[in-house]
Amino acid sequence: MKYVDEFRSGQLAQKLARELEGLVEPGRVVRIMEVCGGHTHTIYKHGLEDLVPDEVDFLHGPGCPVCVIPMGRVDDAIALAERPEVIFTTFGDMLRVPGGRGSLLEAKARGADVRMVYSPLDALELARANPDREVVFFAIGFETTAPATALTLLRARATGVRNFSAFCNHVTIAPPLRAILDSPGLRLDGFIAPGHVSTVVGTRPYDFIARDYGKPVVVTAFEPIDVLHAVVMLLRQFRDGRCEVENQYTRVVRRDGNPRALAVLAETMELRDTFEWRGLGWIEGSALRLRPEFADWDAEARFELPGARVEDPKACQCGEVLVGAIKPRECRVFGTACTPERPIGTCMVSSEGACAAYYNYGRLTRRREPARA
Amino acid sequence: MTRRRSKLRDEIVTLAHGAGGKATRALVEGLFLEELGNPLLEPLADAALLDLNGARVAFTTDSYVVKPLFFPGGSIGELAVNGTVNDLAVSGARPLWLSAGFVIEEGFPVADLRRIAAAMSRAAAAAGVTIATGDTKVVERGNADGLYVNTAGIGVVHEGASLGPERVRPGDAVLLSGTLGDHGMAVMIARGELQLEADIRSDTAPVHELTAALLELGDAVRWMRDPTRGGLATALNELAGQADIAVALDESALPVRPEVAGACEILGIDPLYVANEGKLVAVVAAEAAPVALAALRAHPLGAEAAIVGSVREEPQGLVLLDTAFGGSRIVDMLVGDPLPRIC
Repeated sequence: MKYVDEFRSGQLAQKLARELEGLVEPGRVVRIMEVCGGHTHTIYKHGLEDLVPDEVDFLHGPGCPVCVIPMGRVDDAIALAERPEVIFTTFGDMLRVPGGRGSLLEAKARGADVRMVYSPLDALELARANPDREVVFFAIGFETTAPATALTLLRARATGVRNFSAFCNHVTIAPPLRAILDSPGLRLDGFIAPGHVSTVVGTRPYDFIARDYGKPVVVTAFEPIDVLHAVVMLLRQFRDGRCEVENQYTRVVRRDGNPRALAVLAETMELRDTFEWRGLGWIEGSALRLRPEFADWDAEARFELPGARVEDPKACQCGEVLVGAIKPRECRVFGTACTPERPIGTCMVSSEGACAAYYNYGRLTRRREPARA
Repeated sequence: MTRRRSKLRDEIVTLAHGAGGKATRALVEGLFLEELGNPLLEPLADAALLDLNGARVAFTTDSYVVKPLFFPGGSIGELAVNGTVNDLAVSGARPLWLSAGFVIEEGFPVADLRRIAAAMSRAAAAAGVTIATGDTKVVERGNADGLYVNTAGIGVVHEGASLGPERVRPGDAVLLSGTLGDHGMAVMIARGELQLEADIRSDTAPVHELTAALLELGDAVRWMRDPTRGGLATALNELAGQADIAVALDESALPVRPEVAGACEILGIDPLYVANEGKLVAVVAAEAAPVALAALRAHPLGAEAAIVGSVREEPQGLVLLDTAFGGSRIVDMLVGDPLPRIC
């Protein structure tokens, strides 16, 4: 496949692996957090841990949008879906995420009209085709998917579609990184920063990580060669004593991001004071809600929601997994009470979740000691 | 077959129970086997093998609920014939007779029904089977999504055929008769919900001539399946679990059409889990693998056949993939997908 195979070349991988061997100090472990679930997925799907030296330890970060949605918001989504007038639309991987009272898939089996869409525009189309129903879109994701929601809202307004609304759960990438960097006992040497969200926000939002916290950052694309290349770039920074925000994904990411996408976001959404993140708790200024001008398309304004806070299950250690404090297999329920078919925590649900990636691809050979020393 | 049965812990049936992965296994083992279990059913093979006055007979059934009913490369008609023919063929049998049951939604166009019946007739002729008995039910509008078809089939087991997971040995080779994922992707794209356009056709076809060619090799042929719902990954996971062996696949040897690979890439789907409706996966003794490969390739349906992996002793019950990138990973059972149903 053109433009893909080049980034999966085994030969190139061997070259990079050899360079990595020369860049590590034998016995000195460097802990690199890949923020984005897409990277976690790449690491396991292509078996990257087999290619990097033992001294390179990957920690999995909070960048899986499904994984960070708290259970209470899932319950709100189910409450919306159960309203008889509502067609509830969602991306596929939210369907199995457990809330306090089951998942959307279970609500669907009980009779709720839940439909999977690939884009919020599909949901808007559904609203147009069903004028006597209320179509609600479960808007989740970082600044990566938020512009698509924003465009859909603008189009709904422009075309006068009134039976469409968004249940907005969009979050922002920088605040959780700061929360991780502020967490006690942090053992982390550098970041592989997410690629797709950076196509929108650019690389500036990560500047504080290098400047204030002294941790180098490489914004990285998603093919296995990209991730290996990013590790090489980070190790070169360590070797040279540099601490910078570098851009490995130069084929797409610009320093200032995508100004048009940022403009539609600013037009339709604003920062919430605070938002609850699964496992990370409440983080100030970390999520988006619709602007008051879009109240007519805001599911939170138009429908009564339970809005209850639901405690994460006691056994669940997703929070510690999401900040890289433990590896998935160190969680006390990993692979026993919590499996992809019966997930307790969200990290086990989405294919981008660290636990699911670990369970599906990598639970066989783990040769390395855990990051927590 | 020491493996524990899966337990069914769900209170209601969800679409995941029909996706062919772990949830399906829990439903079948934890409910149907518990209630209906008997020595003929318990192996959960593609077909039951019966002894009928000294003749070895294979008996199978399958229901078809594909949406849409017509797609590039075929329709529910071909699927309903070929699917059942293939279940008999991979059980080591020569398919002979089929039944056909139709559940039709009120309002369904007769012209469409005729097209489907004609497709079944052509497929039956191509596979050398007779549709010997049938049934028709009409249900109220809003049910059955237009049309559901069930077929059952009977075949006679080839002389000397001895197939089963218990016959698979470490060192055996894994052969695949052609490209992966054509049917599943063709149907998904035909649904028109993805706004993707690609020239991908279903591979629906009868594999009975491929299986017959392999069975000529005698007991060097250990096990055969047609990797339908859940794809190659699911078929091999079931084998690994039943035979207490490991299967190691070589990613670079897996045949996948570029169009299918591209569509899968866009949708984030692994072709290993996508359904096929005219493919054969077989485990044969290592020394017989080159001859078996040649036998498959000699047939038009097996022109792109390949040796895609091997059987290992360890780690028991798992399917591994050596990635083209130089690493390795597990290929697990599908957990249940939110994707449209495809067969």
